[in-house]
Amino acid sequence: MAKNIQSLERAAAMLRLLAGGERRLGLSDIASSLGLAKATAHGILRTLQHEGFVEQDPGSGRYQLGAELLRLGTTYLDVHELRARALVWTDDLARSSGEAVYLGVLHQHGVLIVHHVFRPDDSRQVLEVGAMQPLHSTALGKVLAATDPVAHAELVDAKREPFTARTVTELDEIERELDLTRSQGYATDNEETLEGVAAVAAPIYDRRRLAVGAVGITGAVERVCRDGELRPELIAAVRDTARSVSRDLGAKPF
Amino acid sequence: MTDTHTGPFIAAIDQGTTSSRCIIFDRDGRIVAVDQKEHEQIFPKPGWVEHDAAEIWKNVQDVVAGAMVKAGASREDILSIGITNQRETTMLWDKRTGKPVHNAIVWQDTRTDVLCKKLGGEVGQDRWRQETGLPLAAYFAGPKIAWLLDNVSGLRERAEAGELLFGTMDSWVIWNLTGGVNGGVHVTDVTNASRTLLMNLEDLSWNEAIAEEMGVPMQVLPEIRSSSEVYGTVTGGPLGGLLAGVPVASALGDQQAALFGQTCFATGEAKSTYGTGTFMLMNTGEKLIHSESGLLTTVGYRIGDQDPVYALEGSIAVTGSLVQWMRDQMGLIKTAAEIETLAMSVEDNGGAYFVPAFSGLFAPYWRSDARGVIAGLTRYVTKAHIARAVLEATAWQTREITDAMTKDSGVELSALKVDGGMTSNNLLMQFLADVLDAPVVRPMVAETTCLGAAYAAGLAVGFWENVEDLRANWRRAAEWTPDMDPEVRDREYKNWLKAVERTMGWQDE
Repeated sequence: MAKNIQSLERAAAMLRLLAGGERRLGLSDIASSLGLAKATAHGILRTLQHEGFVEQDPGSGRYQLGAELLRLGTTYLDVHELRARALVWTDDLARSSGEAVYLGVLHQHGVLIVHHVFRPDDSRQVLEVGAMQPLHSTALGKVLAATDPVAHAELVDAKREPFTARTVTELDEIERELDLTRSQGYATDNEETLEGVAAVAAPIYDRRRLAVGAVGITGAVERVCRDGELRPELIAAVRDTARSVSRDLGAKPF
Repeated sequence: MTDTHTGPFIAAIDQGTTSSRCIIFDRDGRIVAVDQKEHEQIFPKPGWVEHDAAEIWKNVQDVVAGAMVKAGASREDILSIGITNQRETTMLWDKRTGKPVHNAIVWQDTRTDVLCKKLGGEVGQDRWRQETGLPLAAYFAGPKIAWLLDNVSGLRERAEAGELLFGTMDSWVIWNLTGGVNGGVHVTDVTNASRTLLMNLEDLSWNEAIAEEMGVPMQVLPEIRSSSEVYGTVTGGPLGGLLAGVPVASALGDQQAALFGQTCFATGEAKSTYGTGTFMLMNTGEKLIHSESGLLTTVGYRIGDQDPVYALEGSIAVTGSLVQWMRDQMGLIKTAAEIETLAMSVEDNGGAYFVPAFSGLFAPYWRSDARGVIAGLTRYVTKAHIARAVLEATAWQTREITDAMTKDSGVELSALKVDGGMTSNNLLMQFLADVLDAPVVRPMVAETTCLGAAYAAGLAVGFWENVEDLRANWRRAAEWTPDMDPEVRDREYKNWLKAVERTMGWQDE
């Protein structure tokens, strides 16, 4: 077994010491119970405090577990919470764009559709909640791969199927497109997944500025494109929606 | 595509139980601006709930002004104002000073329990059911008026001298909007009047005999008008400066407003609003149906001088609040939305059924001796199965109301239009479609209550020609289609009913 890093071991011991109920301990108690010099213990505590894992009570000067530590286990955003928060905004996006709206998150090797709002034209449509979409060709997938490193790794490993003549399958070319997605803040799918269908999507962030999902619209190229490009007013509407949902999740204004 | 809204608009005021809101809508029924303000919930004793009506009127003025500013709208842009309100909440005010003489008694308040039992006498709670469509229960407004007159000193004399006016919140808001002490109109609409236990459903007039027996002087009662007509125009007060001359043109109780906003204009169309509790209303057209199954008969709406449209109403006391109970009391989930995540981690309910008869069983059973039960527990059952049973409980309770409505009306439900917070729960909505064996449809505008008030106010001033115009605005956001083996459905329903059986007779009365 490789040698462990001693200061990390000591930090872990301190956290265990402070864990378990409402415990507040002073520096000397911590130092003596772990058999450390006060200066050593103080250095570690200060680092933990800086990371938010430990907090110091201003009155007594005693230490306790920090809020950041409690958040570690709960950072994961429940997808159903995401849907509940997105509901009003996605309804309005469907209404204003006249197109179907999808909300997707990374799941295993692709995009899981967690919310779908029908195109508001009274035509017969089937709810696609629970369906999977590929990462490399869809607007939602590209947004996720551009903003979430785990999604990116999945995309690199995935078998990138050419669905249409326009599907990009070469990794270099995809990387260039992901760079573009990052810099412009949205991704498009111009008949790359289905002939005659185009889409645009933008990332949704949580309060720590981590990408937690993507929202976008999908529709017939005749309606959503002009001169072969996604219509700018649709792109703006999608980005507005993504910003509104992010704001609802506590993300700071962009 | 247009995302900039240009007038003309309709403003809708939603005077609700916890807050007052104003939403401004455009011709397509899209939201242009929203403003909202909460008011204080006053709990003087266990079971008592009151609101300060003066605070509410101030908040209403604030949110109307706030929504106008957010919409960038001026008086010329607003063609009319509509009102929807928490139903049954009762107040009295002095017509010369315009001041409430007591806090409003909120619909949830149970202080009139004893009075209602007394009024029922030997006949019991169905004494005036034939005339009013309602059982004698503490929710309804009439007995609350009597309680105020008998328990607040001096009020009965002042009422008999003609100094006091009664209103549900619609009447209070309309009276103030149209000038208050300076000629405000004292009216209510048929839907609100149908929740007082004082109105004849047949001819939509006050029943003087019931009023007398209840001890409510006729002179305190407002004039009963339709839900969609110009009652008066905005006059005086701070809003007078902003909106003087704008017609006040609709009033609908909140659940009826949702029925209207969901455009359930044809006989047999129904909506169900899934919140803390659930309210389902079915349009029964011009036919007044007396329920054999414990549903309420109520007025759905009346447009101008057209014939009134009646509705059957079934309410479920515990739906969203059961999810909250799982979160707050059991601590099994951190947010309400997580119930779906937990429930989806298993294939089925594992044999467990949860009947949340926390304060008895309501429609169609009306058993106050029932209490909640989780049935079918085995070693195999996990918290995920319980989560599933929690969601299924909402669906099965809806199925029971639906069955009662079908039995009473003879109309099979063709589709159920849903709204409210729980519609974001995909698993629940699918299960609902499965157990009803009918499509479940969610409209694109979630704010169906305000939309209904706006629609009625717009119809009254010709902003929309007729209900067909409104139907054209309705957009389907999602539809869940039934996908359950009929054998499974029957077996599960049988199990549910067995579990319901087991709740009864728990409480010794």
